[in-house]
Amino acid sequence: MSSRCRTSLLVLAALALLAGCDREERRSRGNPLGEAALGEAALGGPRVSTLQPGVPIASPPDARAADFEENAYAVSQGQQLFRQMNCSGCHAHGGGGMGPALMDDRWRYGGTMEQIVASIDQGRPNGMPSWRGKLTPQQMWQLAAYVRSLSAQPRQDVLSGRAESESATEPPTLRSREPMVPSSAAGVKGTTQ
Amino acid sequence: MTRALRGLGLAALLGGCHGIQSMTEGAGFQGEQFSGLFTLFLAVTGFFYILVILGLIGGLVLRRRADRDEAGEKTARIGLVGWLGAVLVGLTGLTVASYVMDRNVAAASPARPPLEVQITGNQWWWDVTYKNGVPGQEVRTANELHLPVGVPVRLTLKTNDVIHSFWVPALGGKQDMIPGRTNALTVLPTRIGSYRGQCAEYCGAQHAHMALDVTIEPLAAFRKWWAAGLAPAAPPATPLAQAGYRFVMTQQCASCHNISGTPASGRFGPDLTHVASRRSIGAGTFPMTPGHLFAWVADPQGAKPGNHMPYIGLNADQLHAVVAYLEGLK
Repeated sequence: MSSRCRTSLLVLAALALLAGCDREERRSRGNPLGEAALGEAALGGPRVSTLQPGVPIASPPDARAADFEENAYAVSQGQQLFRQMNCSGCHAHGGGGMGPALMDDRWRYGGTMEQIVASIDQGRPNGMPSWRGKLTPQQMWQLAAYVRSLSAQPRQDVLSGRAESESATEPPTLRSREPMVPSSAAGVKGTTQ
Repeated sequence: MTRALRGLGLAALLGGCHGIQSMTEGAGFQGEQFSGLFTLFLAVTGFFYILVILGLIGGLVLRRRADRDEAGEKTARIGLVGWLGAVLVGLTGLTVASYVMDRNVAAASPARPPLEVQITGNQWWWDVTYKNGVPGQEVRTANELHLPVGVPVRLTLKTNDVIHSFWVPALGGKQDMIPGRTNALTVLPTRIGSYRGQCAEYCGAQHAHMALDVTIEPLAAFRKWWAAGLAPAAPPATPLAQAGYRFVMTQQCASCHNISGTPASGRFGPDLTHVASRRSIGAGTFPMTPGHLFAWVADPQGAKPGNHMPYIGLNADQLHAVVAYLEGLK
């Protein structure tokens, strides 16, 4: 093979590698149609939840879950909201305080994206307020993606290596992924009979 | 014809140096001092630059003769000594001028200026708080800076997220805003007028749309503006504005925005108490007109993509109501 041919092959290979730099799409507007539909449907009735602590529940899968969770921009927006909306006031940077820890393997109301969004949207007994109408659905999905990143659930390259404010905990990139323990009545002490 | 066009083009380029965001048309003592020093440096270094170029041309034209005599050696030596002397005088002059300017600026910055303004950089807007030592007298606003002419002002510079840089070219001085640090800059406005500031450190997608409307006004007008800023927000006047008020208070708006005198007390978006009295929307992105206000509230991500105000998805009635309420916040 001539050196010229080798050079052009190398350039081609470098160009092919460059294509890998397109990591993700940053969608700042979210998906207006889907969100509007969710907002309208949700605004109608009273805020009733069928979720019970400790009882395994089926939550309808949502196409947006993977979309937001596998997006570093969404995770970092959620990280900012986590501080701004004072989630740390009860959940203390995910370590738990007045509210339950978010970085461990226990999920009273489920730990999938859909279940976390439901918890933020509807609120939960004993302190978790409902954020419906206070945050947009897009922001709730972003928050859920960040909450999942606290136990290192998303892909490694999506996790944030930087804390939003001074924090004693390690950044998600240095944490090991917690297993998702299916919620069971025995898993939550004192919440079921 | 071509020459005239070229001249016009040059004039248009030079025109860019003037106006509301200009370093050369100083509106602040510090800026004028810097501008004067810059002119002096330009003149002195330009003079020496021309000398060097002339010397080079001379060297090319008058080639060194092979049979140098004693007199030629002497002339060269005198020329060299003269050159060294000129460089020495020039450098000393510049050093002295720089020192004098530095002292002048220091003398114009009292240790405790009568007015302190805290400016916090955010992606991508400015949070501005006026302080005079009395907590109840604090005025908080956003993306606008009113300064009294002839009064030294201490600007305390912070940031909530990434590195920004405070820069009002007319006032002079550029200071970075570093996370976790408080920087300070003292300015002394000298000329009444409207100016524009701009973030001078790349800070993300909307760095270019992070501008600050600066108004330098007489002391009496400034006092009046401060007093007006202390007043709570105007109550909604029309039924439409009242509907907007209810939406703003009960829905997403109040999570991030503060409107003094109402339940809306969020702190992560710009203060909206007197938003309609400002010159621009979205940190200098659009002029404050009803049309732009509609566009902004309807779809902030279309108006300034990437900014932290989410798309809320108002229907037409809600949009009209919210804009009617915001327009009343003079």
